[in-house]
Amino acid sequence: MTTIQDLATPATNTWCPGCGNFGITIAFKRAIVQLGLEPEEVVATSGIGCHGKITGYVNVNGFHTIHGRVLPVATAIKLANNGLTVVGFAGDGDGYNIGMGHLPHAARRNHDITYVVHNNLIYGLTTGQASPTSKVGRRTRTTPRGVFEPPINPLSIALSSSASFVARGYAGDVQHLTELFVEAMSFTGFALVDVLQPCVSWDRIQTYQFYGERVYKLKEEGHDPSDLMAAHRRALEWGERIPIGVFYKKERPPYRENFPFLEGTPLARRGLDPDISGLLGEFS
Amino acid sequence: MSLTGIIGNSLSILVGGEAGQGITRSGSLLGRAIMRGGFHIFGANDYPSIIRGGHNLYLLRASDEEISSQYDLIDLILALNKETLLLHVDELNEGGGVIYDERMEIREGEISRKDVKRYPVPLSGIVEEIGGVPIMRNTVALGAALGLVGYDLEFLDGAIATTFEGRDAIIESNVKAAKMGYDYVAEHYGGDFSCRLAPFKDRPERIMLTGNDAVALGAVQAGCGFFVAYPMTPASPVLHYLINNDMETGMVVVQPESEISAINMVIGASYAGVRAMTATSGGGFSLMTEALGLAAMSENPVVVMVGQRPGPSTGMATYSAQGDLLFIIHSSQGEFPRVVVAPGDVEECFYSTMEAFNVAEKLQIPAIIITDKYLIESHKSTAPFDLSRVGIDRGDLLEIEEWEGDGEYERYALTKSGVSLRLKPGTKGAFLRANSTEHDAKGFSTIDPSTIEEMTEKQRRKRVSLEELVVTLNPVRAYGGDDPDITIVGWGSTKGPVLEAIKMLEREGISARFVQPVYIEPFPVEAMMDELSGGGRFLLVEANKTAQLGELIRLHTGFTFDNVHLRYDGRPFNPGEIRDKAKEAMR
Repeated sequence: MTTIQDLATPATNTWCPGCGNFGITIAFKRAIVQLGLEPEEVVATSGIGCHGKITGYVNVNGFHTIHGRVLPVATAIKLANNGLTVVGFAGDGDGYNIGMGHLPHAARRNHDITYVVHNNLIYGLTTGQASPTSKVGRRTRTTPRGVFEPPINPLSIALSSSASFVARGYAGDVQHLTELFVEAMSFTGFALVDVLQPCVSWDRIQTYQFYGERVYKLKEEGHDPSDLMAAHRRALEWGERIPIGVFYKKERPPYRENFPFLEGTPLARRGLDPDISGLLGEFS
Repeated sequence: MSLTGIIGNSLSILVGGEAGQGITRSGSLLGRAIMRGGFHIFGANDYPSIIRGGHNLYLLRASDEEISSQYDLIDLILALNKETLLLHVDELNEGGGVIYDERMEIREGEISRKDVKRYPVPLSGIVEEIGGVPIMRNTVALGAALGLVGYDLEFLDGAIATTFEGRDAIIESNVKAAKMGYDYVAEHYGGDFSCRLAPFKDRPERIMLTGNDAVALGAVQAGCGFFVAYPMTPASPVLHYLINNDMETGMVVVQPESEISAINMVIGASYAGVRAMTATSGGGFSLMTEALGLAAMSENPVVVMVGQRPGPSTGMATYSAQGDLLFIIHSSQGEFPRVVVAPGDVEECFYSTMEAFNVAEKLQIPAIIITDKYLIESHKSTAPFDLSRVGIDRGDLLEIEEWEGDGEYERYALTKSGVSLRLKPGTKGAFLRANSTEHDAKGFSTIDPSTIEEMTEKQRRKRVSLEELVVTLNPVRAYGGDDPDITIVGWGSTKGPVLEAIKMLEREGISARFVQPVYIEPFPVEAMMDELSGGGRFLLVEANKTAQLGELIRLHTGFTFDNVHLRYDGRPFNPGEIRDKAKEAMR
């Protein structure tokens, strides 16, 4: 049985004290334990930004990739070895700005991975520039007159892109976040978990207190996650009340099932014994 | 002799018409029919980047000896529209012929040359008579062409049957159309045309394919399990071929949202332990360069084929160039080892692709196969590939059950060769921490100065190991006499026209040699110095404006070329122009 202790690594943690990344990391470890996964069967991939260090802090297979490219790497790992549980971690800058082009496609293809976006509404590691989820009017180092443009709504985009599992968690509620991770990682298909995460260094507005006063759980208000239109309506809510939980969930065949020859032994575990003799006829 | 051309044992046929008229298919069909009679063929296409309208051509050359490019002049034109006739009539050899639809109106003076033999054929009339679709005029013309040179129609029938396999009605009507074209010409112009073509009795087995086909087959034979590519001319046919044969090969083939996604998916699959590849052209490769560094830093082997076309930017999508060599050798930030291989014909496309997978995995580095449109879209006949020549060598990679679990696994363990043991994720008791950030032996991010030095030196040792490996792969190949009057140096697709030019020079009593660096990065310094140390004159031939291979040779050997022939109009070299430049260089 995997324990929380098994998932510790010797790496020195360099996140700011109080960072929401700690809550996300703890929830991820707990989800692995609760799901009874062997650490060797899990692959965590991350991009560039504060979140990206998570692959060094959890003792599973890891791939710390480049800025914005978590999804292509993670989806390919899963296609290549279906026996692995693959979780991609990205930030709002990483996943919703430079890497945004990948999200709709990973969602509509329904790759069987979990995609966790550490959404702190700011660029942290590069010291406080606006992110695509920064709110209008917010002053940052790159928006001296305030953010001009309205923020990205990642949940609406995922829902519009036929994502089969769309959820939002809050880094300040680790128990709820753990439940979401367990549900997402055991779901067959593409699962987006957007995680609201206060940035203690660069954000004095969207603090733990701010979220603590506003978040509410969809489950407690009778939201039906199979209702796509209701999910779309809830995804638009942001203000005095901010919903967290599973917005939408509906299984459909994952991408790999389009390749009948992938059934059985994972591709990565097959021996190589190619022979093109049978293919040469059309060239003769 | 089984083949009599206007000049020697070479027959060149140009099939031309509008885009959308199936010009390349018709030309390659004719090539297949002629190859099956025991001949060698070479076929190149020329088309603008439009789907319908605009002028397309396919230039087919056949001979009873091995040939490697088109010729400067044409013997016979199959003009499926008038533009073809007017554009190319001046490229005809003395006494060359033109087959065209008898309904095509040719006004007085439009064809000024009196020597041109005109063969109007009722292309449309025959199609209408048998109730066919207009595109079948091509088939009538193919039949007419074979009638004119007295070839056996059964070979065309066979090629039609192969091309349209499973579509019996189409086969039947095309066979009929070809026969009517053939019979018409035999009746009206029998014996009039000086070129003759008679099938050999002994016909060795041959295949006819493009460089793209050969790269795709090489990937399959190398055990590539994962191919991801975004469509980009001229490399898209690799994607088309592999995706249409995935059920036979068991290869996962994906068309993703961008080239950036393609290369990153390839890296992900490689991390998981699968041989993986992508193919693109210069623009797509530009998008891939950041991830090329990721592959290098994380030490995940990848194979990338880059089919060059003229740049900068969109350039000319459907034409050829060799302008990306220095870019590809230096692309992506930082210092890291990579291998760049430049095959020069379809055989080298096949074997180089297989080798690229081995080199990539043995050194855990990116391997780039640099080609160009002329190489990867032109057809060439060849003996069936030797499937045992290049084996599969995955280097220091252990299967999941092979890891003994002694001690803690270090993905980036420091070794003498620089290459670390590679495991697949899922291996019991081992964690694979791949990292784009500078890292320690276990893969944890680090900024420790001595660790950084060690890791940088590890990459450098890999480069040295790579140099040692490349030396064993016959990196510089040479053709022709050992004591030449002139040595022609070139790379990639120039091989074909240069070899033809050498034949021409030798017929004139000039001894010539072709030197072709096939592995260009790491640069094969010693082998190249050997080739450049002889007597005689030297001529560099490249399809770019800045003589990029020449720059590399100067950088690594100090050798400079007095004679340089560059072409940068998107079109392939003709053998005759290289012969002329060689003779100029000898003055």
